[in-house]
Amino acid sequence: MILDTALGIAFVLVAAALGLNFWRLLRGPDIPDRIVALDTLYVNTVALLVLLGIHLGSALYFEAALLIALMGFVGTVALCKYLLRGDIIE
Amino acid sequence: MLDYLLAFLILLGAGFTFIGSLGLARLPDFYTRLHGPTKATTLGVGAMLVASAIHFSVGEGGPSLHELLVTLFLFITAPVSAHLLSKAGLHLRLRSRAPAPGKASGEQRD
Amino acid sequence: MARLLPHPLLTPLLALVWLLLNNSFSTGHLLLGLLLGWLIPLFTLRFWPDAVKIGRPLTLMRFVGIFLLDVVVANFGVARLILGSPDRLRPAFVEVPLDLRTDLAISLLANTISLTPGTVSAWLSPDRRTLIVHGLDVDDPAELVATIKQRYETPLREVFE
Repeated sequence: MILDTALGIAFVLVAAALGLNFWRLLRGPDIPDRIVALDTLYVNTVALLVLLGIHLGSALYFEAALLIALMGFVGTVALCKYLLRGDIIE
Repeated sequence: MLDYLLAFLILLGAGFTFIGSLGLARLPDFYTRLHGPTKATTLGVGAMLVASAIHFSVGEGGPSLHELLVTLFLFITAPVSAHLLSKAGLHLRLRSRAPAPGKASGEQRD
Repeated sequence: MARLLPHPLLTPLLALVWLLLNNSFSTGHLLLGLLLGWLIPLFTLRFWPDAVKIGRPLTLMRFVGIFLLDVVVANFGVARLILGSPDRLRPAFVEVPLDLRTDLAISLLANTISLTPGTVSAWLSPDRRTLIVHGLDVDDPAELVATIKQRYETPLREVFE
């Protein structure tokens, strides 16, 4: 019972966090700011999936969470590398 | 009893996740914004993953520890992406409230 | 022996990761994990030619304990700073001179700094002698450097060098 209440509050908090990240993603002002926002979006999506897994009592969502965490990290590193190197070649 | 522990962990995790994103949204410059997601969000998601591990271990089918893998992964990758991002920020010379370190921008020109 | 098993610590670690990935602790998966843990270091040997040596396991365990405690404490501190007024923050870049020489120890130090007290490692000089750290609310730069060196760098140096 208390678990359901806690999950409800947690869903609201994580959804609000995703909203804030999205606002930062749209607002910028610089490219690295947007990359941080994207990275945080990935991590918060992992949180949302974990909560959904507990709520539905299914461990299946774990694989999706792991994959999103992996892809998010690779994406962030690739974007940073592009920023660091794209400028050197000019 | 166990439900209370799980509820505490989940609320703690969600709270930290929210605070991390709040930091991303409201702090004044790029370098300070980096602090929220790397620390608070990582610990928040970690707490929720531990809650999930306990929840599924107590249920049917024996121990379920693979959530620890995601926690570990996040703890390893979060500082790496933060380091790369701030390096990119220094490279692009984003304006910051702290005086920029002369050494970094000077040597990075070549 | 050293040629057949170039990374004695990596093999059990990879086997453990395999078991966790499958979420099963059966004998079959253990054998498969050990096989992968033996083959993967052999094929990726060129990427990391030197084996990792851990000098003092007890110091390492104490370091991990301090680290985990600091992560939790640091998070409450950062949460307080984020919820407080942004104008009261005193962000600063601080240069930390490094005594560590091996790549592994430096990257561990940088990661530790990023996860603990209001600091993110921002830039490593090409000669690997200075690490520039960004602090969210720095009271006294010299004290911050001294804390980092004494609390994190010294144990890492004892363990890995």
